[in-house]
Order: sequence, then C-alpha cells, then structure tokens
Amino acid sequence: MSSVSIHKLCVRFGANEVIKDLDLDVQQSEFLVLLGPSGCGKSTLLHSIAGLIDVSDGRIEIGGHDMTWADPTDRNIGMVFQSYALYPTMSVERNMSFGLRIKGMPKAEIERRVQRVAQMLHLEPLLKRKPAQLSGGQRQRVAIGRALVREAGVFLFDEPLSNLDAKLRAELRRELKLLHKNLRSTMIYVTHDQVEAMTLATRIVVMHAGRIQQIGVPSEVYEKPENLFVAGFLGSPAMNFLHGQIKPAADSILFESQGLTLDVTPYCWRAPLATTLEVVLGIRPENLRIHADGQFQATVCLIEPMGNHHVVWLEFGGKLLSSVVSGPLTVGVDDAVRFGLDAERISLFDRVTEQRL
Amino acid sequence: MTGGTLAVRPPLRRPYRLRPARVGVYAFLLTAALFFLLPLYIMLVTSVKSMDEIRMGNIFAFPIQVTLEPWVTAWTSACTGVACDGIRGGFWNSVLIVIPSTVLPILLGALNGYALSFWKPRGANVLFAILMMGAFIPVQVMMYPLVRILATIGLFSSLPGIVLVHIIFSMPVMTLLFRNYYLSIPQELFKAARIDGGGFFRIFLQLMLPMSTPIIIVAAIMQVTGVWNDYILGLVFAGRDNLPMTVQLNNVINTTTGTRLYNVNMAATILTSLVPLTIYFVSGRWFVRGIAAGAVKG
Amino acid sequence: MCRWKKYKRTLLQPSRIETALRTVMTLKPKQLFRQLVSWAALLPLASTVLVAYLGTVLWSLKISFTNSRTFPSDQYVGWAQYQRLFDNDRWLLSLQNLALYGVLFVAACMVLGFLLAVFIDQKVMAEGALRTVFLYPYAMSFVATGLVWQWMLNPGNGIQQAVRQMGYPDFTFDWIIDQDMVIYTIVIATVWQASGLVMALLLAGLRGIDEEIWKAARIDGIPTWRVYVSIVLPMLSPTLITVFVLLFTAVVKVFDSVVSMTQGGPGTASEVPAKFIMEHLFGRANIALASAGSIVLLLTVLLLVLPFMLVRNRSTLARVEK
Repeated sequence: MSSVSIHKLCVRFGANEVIKDLDLDVQQSEFLVLLGPSGCGKSTLLHSIAGLIDVSDGRIEIGGHDMTWADPTDRNIGMVFQSYALYPTMSVERNMSFGLRIKGMPKAEIERRVQRVAQMLHLEPLLKRKPAQLSGGQRQRVAIGRALVREAGVFLFDEPLSNLDAKLRAELRRELKLLHKNLRSTMIYVTHDQVEAMTLATRIVVMHAGRIQQIGVPSEVYEKPENLFVAGFLGSPAMNFLHGQIKPAADSILFESQGLTLDVTPYCWRAPLATTLEVVLGIRPENLRIHADGQFQATVCLIEPMGNHHVVWLEFGGKLLSSVVSGPLTVGVDDAVRFGLDAERISLFDRVTEQRL
Repeated sequence: MTGGTLAVRPPLRRPYRLRPARVGVYAFLLTAALFFLLPLYIMLVTSVKSMDEIRMGNIFAFPIQVTLEPWVTAWTSACTGVACDGIRGGFWNSVLIVIPSTVLPILLGALNGYALSFWKPRGANVLFAILMMGAFIPVQVMMYPLVRILATIGLFSSLPGIVLVHIIFSMPVMTLLFRNYYLSIPQELFKAARIDGGGFFRIFLQLMLPMSTPIIIVAAIMQVTGVWNDYILGLVFAGRDNLPMTVQLNNVINTTTGTRLYNVNMAATILTSLVPLTIYFVSGRWFVRGIAAGAVKG
Repeated sequence: MCRWKKYKRTLLQPSRIETALRTVMTLKPKQLFRQLVSWAALLPLASTVLVAYLGTVLWSLKISFTNSRTFPSDQYVGWAQYQRLFDNDRWLLSLQNLALYGVLFVAACMVLGFLLAVFIDQKVMAEGALRTVFLYPYAMSFVATGLVWQWMLNPGNGIQQAVRQMGYPDFTFDWIIDQDMVIYTIVIATVWQASGLVMALLLAGLRGIDEEIWKAARIDGIPTWRVYVSIVLPMLSPTLITVFVLLFTAVVKVFDSVVSMTQGGPGTASEVPAKFIMEHLFGRANIALASAGSIVLLLTVLLLVLPFMLVRNRSTLARVEK
C-alpha cells in the first residue's frame, strides 16, 4: 500500500483550466472518495494520478516516488473503469493475466496471483468465460480482479458502480468495503453518488469546479459542511436553507428571517461575531422536528412515504422545508403543524462568501 | 514519507514527445498520400500539356506551357466511336440517366424500407432476404434475360430502359439503407400516428419521408456516384444515342485509330470524373456515412 | 437434436396459407384494406425480386443447359456447355487470373487499408485532409482509374520513360505489355482505388472501440502494436468480414478496369471471367456457353460469401444475446 501526494496540481485542456493548484495527501491504506457533480474535475484528477492525462504543472508522488511524468504502467497502480473495459475477445482468466504476461512474469507467479484474486472475488467458476457471457455485476468483479492481480500500491476506481442497477450497486458496495477491510490497500474512488461516498470512505473529498471544497471523514463532511455547496450536495433530501440575518445582542445572538427568529447562541462559532451579518441558515430535514410545542408554524404541503420513514414537506413563508419523520405519521396533508429547529445542529454560512461561520 | 521529499527533488522534465514511432507514422502516411495523389497530379498535368511536350518530356514534369486546348478538344471534338462531337454528348446523357436513376430508386427504397420496418406484412422478410442475396449475384447472370425482357417490352437500348435497369440493380442497397434507418426510428412514433388515424401512405408521405432527410442525402450521394460511374450497364442497355460518359470515355481512349492524343484523353478522363469527385469533395462526411451504411448488410 | 424438434413442430402446425386465410377472413374490412395497401406498396419490390432476381437466375440456368447460340433454343444438352467451358483455354486462364487477382487484391487492400486506418487513428494532424486524399479514388469510376493507370504504366511515355530520363537508362517497368505481369498492373490500379474504402470502414470500426479499453491497456502496460493485434483486431472481426465480403464481390465483378486498362491483353493474358462471359453473350454469340460461365461465377460467389455471412451473423447474434 502506497500513499499518494499531490502538490499544486494544474491540469489544462487548451484554454480551459480544469484543475488549479490542487493539494491532496492520501494516507496509506485509506479509502479516499472524490465526490462531486459532473464536470467538477474528479475524474480528471483520478486520470492525472493514473498518468492517463498529462498534467500542466505540479507534482504527483506515489509511494514516495515522483511519478509526475511516469507511464501509467510504471506507477504501481491498478484501475477500475466505469464501463469495465474488459477485453471482449478474451476469457476472464486471460483478461486478468494479459498485462502480467506482457511484462514477462513467470507463469507460476501469474497462476498464483490469478487464483488468489479469483478466490477473493468468487470468480473461480467464471474463469473460462468471455465477458459477453457474464452479468454486469460479474463483469465489474472481473474488472476489479484485473486491477488486483497487479498487486499495486494504489487502486483507482472511476465510478465503477454507475452502470449497475440499484440492488447490485448496494451489493457490490458492501463487497468493496469488505475488500478494503481485508486488503488494507490504498484506494481512491471517484463517484457522484453521495451514498457510495458516505458508506465507503474513510475520508471524503468534495470537489466542485476543479477545487477541493472540503476534506474530512464522512460524519464531519455531513454534519459540519464547510460551505454552501458541500451543505447542499450531501444529504437526501437536501439541507433546508433559510436566508436571513444574525444580530448580536447583549448576551445572545439571534437569527432572523421572515417569520422566524431563532436563538443561535449555542452554535459553534469559529470567530466571534461583531456586527449584523447576512447569512444562510442550513438545517438537515432530520433536525427539523414536527411537534406540538414547536416554535414555528407551517402547513403540510406534501408527504412522501419512504417505507421506514416519511419526508414531510412544509410550506413556510412561501418556501418549502422538508422534515424527516421516522415511525408512524401523525400529520396529514394541509394540516397546520408546529415545528422546531435543533439549534445545536444548524449550519450558518456567510451569504456572500458562502463559507461556514 | 511525503512531506520532506517534495521540497528537495527537482521536477523531472516532461518526456520529449517526438518519438521515432511518431515519425514513422507520419512518414508512412505521407508516402501513402503521395501514392494516392500521384495519378491525380499526372492526370491534371498531362491534360494541360501540348502533345510535343508529352512526347519529349517526362510524365512527372510540370507543364512548361499550359494549354487548355486538350480540354476543348475533349469536350467538343473527340471521337466517341460513331461521331466526333466530343464527350459533351456523353455528359448530358449521363445527366439524363442519373437524375431519374436517383430519384426513383430513392422513392422505392424509402417505400420498401418503410413497409418492411413498420408494417411488416407477412412474407415480406423472405422477399427482403432474397433481395439482399440478390445483391451478390454477378450482373452477367442477369444480363441476357434482362436484355430479352427489356426487348420484349420495347425498352431495350433506350433511356427508360437503362433507368429501369438501374432501379433494379440499386434496389437492394436502397432498401437496406432505408430499412435500417427506419428501424432506428422508435416504433412509438409510428403507433402514435396510427392512433391519430394515419393510413399507409399518409404516414409515409407526411411523417416518415420528411424525417428521412439525412438518409436521403446519403442515398442520393451513393446513387449519383454509383450510376454516374457505371460502365457495364450503360454499355449494354443504354443504346447508341444514350451512352453515358464512362462508355464514351472508353471509346475515346481505347478505340481511336491513329495517333493517341494523351492530353485529350486525360482531359476527357477528368471531365468524366468531375461530377462524382465534386460530390465527394463537397459532401465529405456524408459520403463516408453512405459507404458505412451500405456496407452493413443485414 | 433441438433443431429436429423445432422442425417437427413447424411441420405439425397448420399450413401458412391456412393461417393467412384465417387472418384475412377475421379482419375487419378497414384492416384488410390496410394490409392490402402495404402489400400493394411492396409490389415493385416483389416483382423485382421474383422477376429480375430469381427469374433471371433461373432463366440463365435453363439456357446453360441448352445449345443456344445467337438465339435461345430449347434443345436440352445437359452438362455439355459446362464441359465445353472447362475445355476452353481462355476460360481457364480467366479463372486463373481471377484467382490470382482476387488473392492479391483482397490481401493488399486489407493490409493497406488496415495500416492506413491504424495510422490515421493515432491522433495525427490534418486527419481530415489525409482521409480525403485516401478515399477520393473510390469516387472515380473504374474506367477512369483504368485509363489513368494505363497511361502511367505505358512503357513509352509513362513511368518507365520518366525514370529513364531521370538518369536510370536500364529501368524497366513494362508490366502492362508483359503477359506474365499484366495482371499485377490491374491489381495496382484497383488497390489504389479501393484501399480508401477499406480504410474508411475499418476506421469507423476502430472509432467504435471503447476508449476505456485503451486506458486499461495503458495501465496494463501493453504496447500499442500488441493492443491492435491481440485486442482490437479480434474485436473488429465482424467489420473485417464485411470488408472481405465487399472486396470479394468486387473481385468477381472485375470488368470495367480490365476493359479500360488492358482490354484483356496483351492477347488474352489479362482475361477475366466477366469479360469472357460478356464477349460470348454479345460478340461471339454463344449464349449458352456464356450462361454456363455466369452460373459458375454465381456459384463461386455463393460458395465463398455464404460461410462468411453465416459466421458474421452468428457472432453478432451471440454478442446481442449477451
């Protein structure tokens, strides 16, 4: 298992600067997830680490060696692609061993590696089959197997589960997590699916427009988002946002928005607040509780039953707020309800800079 | 492991991109380009030289004195077997042959493709399969019977006759093109039209045909090029008064007695190739699309 | 075993005519009308297929068993025409030429076309211009091509003369008047014309290959040439077969180029079956012999094309069925 260090990376396509001055340190044995919407640069970053894209500036170190200009095959990496990229006319066994064969590895060693990986991924009965004869999930396992036989220091995953249906995706996700637990290899994983990111990662890197928005363990990124983008990107349903002002008073700080005043003194302030500030208050649906003693009043607009919980949409001052209610539902559509906000679980962002306060 | 080494080591240089392999690729491609362009160059150059220059000089040499005389001769007074009116007669003959031989096969191909892909009448697939096999039948097998059939209906050696023959021989490709194209149009569109009350011809004329512009362009390019360049069918079926340009060209060059006027020959060759080459250079991607579409049989 | 069961099942079904009649009788008048209209629209297709394709083949077949000369006769002579055909030296020579020409033409076109496609695929500059240059010969007629190459290969005024003038007085390139070498000149001219087509088709195939396979190969450390040989070529086999079939059909049809370039000469050295047949149909007025020749040509095509089409359809079907 190797570590990966990226220092002031710049990647330019013609006039378009996709990644600018990016720094990232991936620890050994970590499962790092690059999360972000389409076009944020996460795939570009992964491909740069792999050596499939030339960088315009900066350094990439893998396992302590400068690999900025090394060929992909010399970087001691393995990669799994979204479309599996299996060689269609070769059997599973040949797909996994082809690269090793080209390198001139002794047959016995190739055999050993292929057998070991096949066992790990339950591919033994499929070794003689061609990719066309496999299901989507099996193909993905073969793709992972092909990367694993290289016994590399770092494994790169480029949205490997995107082409699978929901059920298979969940199954393979769990298998990947187990794999990481058993192998303890360094893995860098790209996805736009936040569920994958939250469940698989030891750390999440949220990216947007070629820049890193936040790096942290899943719980931190979820509970304490660094800026509006991260706050809005993670969580389903998305975080509720209320625009307003915070006013420092004598011994308390108040958040004021149309029809809503909240004492936000217990909030974890980063810096002491001097003056009134235009802010955005964010609160996750699970922290917006509907109960009879709630501070504020709203009307139930829409209810989405999700099986083990309900998402209740409230109409409040012209805006739609969502609340997650687990267990049996006591309200109906068009009911007038009261709700409260858990002041310790809110996030406050400067409206101008969009940064967390 | 990571922090310290970053500051100390200088970055490695970007690998020099012009490797020998790359040079080899360009060398091969340029040599090939020369091979392909050489005949065109020679054609052009020979057609503007005087006969003296040709006799003395070198086929590769640039013309010392450019003359358009050969072109005029080729167009107006070259001997095409019977008459010596130049190849312009052949040009107009070819035009008269090509236009109906493009429009009619396209219409029929579209109709066939439409019926085959949307209506699927019983037994139509058998017909289609035989039609596809028919594309492989050497024309000589069909030659004599077709001559007899056309003679019987009085169309042998006539313009309608050659057009009919072209329709027959282009039906497989045209039908295939349109059938494949219509197969890529969602069936839902057709079903919606039927629910709206459309009948066979109404749906065809008002919905499908207007949607077929891309494939019509491709079919037209293929058909115009193919019919213009045809030799054997024109030779047999067109009749002395309607000989297409390709046949007359061959007559000009290979059946002259006496001194061969190479410059006139080359001028005539270029004139004959002008129409399809122009279409090729203008249409670019459409031409390639036509080749690819026509090659996918079944 | 499965196939026999299926065959039995179709035998025991009510006949197709019965089902058709039943369908017709149960349809409402409007539906019936619609079915008839679509059938009517296919009349040109049906008549072409039945008369022009099937009909002519059967007719030629029939003539080949008679002793028709200038006019068709009904006198049945069995295999006599075919025997006479294969006793004819010119016919045998034309077959020999066709075989030699066919092998060289197909091989040269496939190799040259493939190399051109591969090299263009290497992300070269001026790709569009190069493609235009390689494909324009295909837009010319075979007659025009034959005439240009005839001029170029003319020993007195063409390449041989030019090179001699440039200072190599012993240079010879007179294949076009050499009985043993003339067939190669036709190969050169037609390969020049058709390689562009092969390139265009193979390039389209190459472009259809998933970009990620290339990436995976780069990470596996597989050298580019090896990727083409071990991964790309096998993936392209349906396209390759299509190309081969197209080329082979062109080989069998070769007529225009020979007529314009060498007129079958010198003497009969570059005679090809298509020309032999045409001459006996019209010039030498021996319809039966010509028909026999054309049937032999047809059989050659079927024998060589059918297996390839079956192989290709099976492989594409297998891929579709996943």
